[in-house]
Amino acid sequence: MKKTLFDKVWDSHVVKKVLNGPDVLFIDRHLVHEVTSPVAFLGLKNRNIKVLYPERTFATADHNTPTINQHLPVKDPLSANQLKALEQNAKEHQIPYWGLGHEKNGIVHVIGPENGITLPGATIVCGDSHTSTHGAFGAIAFGIGTSEVEMVLASQCIMQPKPKSMRITINGTLNSAVTPKDVALYIISKLSTSGATGYFVEYAGDVFRQMSMEGRMTVCNLSIEMGARGGMIAPDKKTFDYIKDREFTPKGLDWDKAMNYWNTLYTDDNSVFDHEVTFNGEDIEPMITYGTNPGMGIGISGGIPKSDAIKGGAATYKKSLQYMNFEEGDNMLGKEIDFVFLGSCTNGRIEDFRAFASLVKGRRKANNVTAWLVPGSHKVEDAIKKEGLLDILNEAGFELREPGCSACLAMNDDKIPAGKYAVSTSNRNFEGRQGPGARTLLASPLVAAAAAVTGRVTDPRELMIFETA
Amino acid sequence: MAYDKFKILSTTAVPLPIENVDTDQIIPARFLKATERKGFGDNLFRDWRYHPDNTPKEQFVLNNPIYKGKILVGGKNFGSGSSREHAAWAIYDYGFRCVVSSFFADIFRGNCMNIGVLPVQVSPEFLIKIFEAIEVDPNTEFEVNLPEQTFTIKSTGEKESFEINDYKKENLLNGFDDIDYLLNIKNEIESFAKGTPL
Ligand code: SF4
Repeated sequence: MKKTLFDKVWDSHVVKKVLNGPDVLFIDRHLVHEVTSPVAFLGLKNRNIKVLYPERTFATADHNTPTINQHLPVKDPLSANQLKALEQNAKEHQIPYWGLGHEKNGIVHVIGPENGITLPGATIVCGDSHTSTHGAFGAIAFGIGTSEVEMVLASQCIMQPKPKSMRITINGTLNSAVTPKDVALYIISKLSTSGATGYFVEYAGDVFRQMSMEGRMTVCNLSIEMGARGGMIAPDKKTFDYIKDREFTPKGLDWDKAMNYWNTLYTDDNSVFDHEVTFNGEDIEPMITYGTNPGMGIGISGGIPKSDAIKGGAATYKKSLQYMNFEEGDNMLGKEIDFVFLGSCTNGRIEDFRAFASLVKGRRKANNVTAWLVPGSHKVEDAIKKEGLLDILNEAGFELREPGCSACLAMNDDKIPAGKYAVSTSNRNFEGRQGPGARTLLASPLVAAAAAVTGRVTDPRELMIFETA
Repeated sequence: MAYDKFKILSTTAVPLPIENVDTDQIIPARFLKATERKGFGDNLFRDWRYHPDNTPKEQFVLNNPIYKGKILVGGKNFGSGSSREHAAWAIYDYGFRCVVSSFFADIFRGNCMNIGVLPVQVSPEFLIKIFEAIEVDPNTEFEVNLPEQTFTIKSTGEKESFEINDYKKENLLNGFDDIDYLLNIKNEIESFAKGTPL
């Protein structure tokens, strides 16, 4: 039988099928953070049971953590309490825990891959919707709710019906200044935030094959923003090169054995998907969002669509523009902004910092802009320093903060003030996502860098001409 | 986590005719700091419900005493965004037992069923009828019948059936959860684990 990549991985993890019900799916790796786990651990306690496979479970602190002065006690008592609960739960159940200040600490979806926890063909879950990130390695990875976190802790399984399959193919070559983030925002703008609900997506075609692992992670990360359960890309040489010799990657004979399995992980020719979508790489421009969901994105040189051009939901559309204080038909270019946020599990990896630094190099941060540059992990932070990027950033008037989710979700101290505009490399522009009343424009690290040095929405290609001429 | 069994619910409904209601609206991140599942109902739709100084926003539906009941009716693509189960907890804790929409985000829908909130997906046309019925008379009663899998507008008698898999239906009818099931098949899981390559 012809099988898709998704079928191969899913089917090999089904412990049992429940009649007229879900599959019992075995989970290889479970990532845990402080926000969605305490109630699950409490559940275990109430049932008087222990974590079944602590060695398959990894815990980090990221959502609630401050991104400055991490050596000092966390000020917010509620956050401190949650962090402490995770530390205690990890200790009690003998789970590896990488708390604040630990060399392996960072955003859960950044540290998984960089420590070799994320592997091709694995099933990976975490109580966070952007778990889809790990699909970049050919894993089935998705976010779960706290009840499911408890299930996985208790039994290393969850119960879910198998999702439908969708393949998104993009062939061709990307234009200059078009990054993986733009590719993802482009897809979401075409499919809408619910266009892939019920599906698991495989990304295929030249554009994804040519992408770096960091770029693939950015794309898979954003799968959830079109409603997909997750997204994945078949592993290839780039994947294997990336994971080889990382701390938790199999070694020696185990590596060879694993490679034999990994080499079978691709979609068989003539496999059938429930849905297929195709785009051209050449059609994609640097993107920016103007509204309050990630599907409300346009090419940066375009104008905000008129409400009569929007299918259904005109009232919702108008409410959204009102929140943003934008008018239909407005151009995005030239709009003044107040904050720039470079970071998150979407764009907080080394490649994102390289891109940002390449554009601000030799320029100055605009005076009207507050910039938060937040590495996704300590390892990313170290690489930024080692590669000399920190000097470039400092010379341009930028500072680097310490790792964490930061302004991605405004649960910690990094909140965008009400009414202010932030160009953000994160993943959600929902009302209040970055702080009550905050207005978010999602974009790539290059667009963020262009905004950071000009103080307004700027086409990064304008600033790059000199370098390519 | 144990929850009340769900059988037949007859009640009025609260209308929220907005599309793409995301989980950051249902419960903003800054209210996710608890280590116990308590008190989330107070912060349900926090920023739509209250001004920054905590005074109620009168125009928001939860602050309008005309609308009450155990059913929340939302627009298309309800519950998109984050996987936070706290969104479902907030809905449950506020007193809703059923959420109706023409389309739900995946994770949210699963979270609801895991904690005893029934997500009922109806056709877009029927959803409009429900909103209209509430607009005509906020005291309109609806019946959610889980054994029969039907949703009825009692004033007009119009009804539509909804889908739910047999397994989840049994769980909701009996107040069971998946962990009970999984712990029962622990032996099977352990022998499966021995054969996994990773
Ligand atoms: S960076 Fe944002 S999206 Fe990623 S894990 Fe943290 S809060 Fe979630």
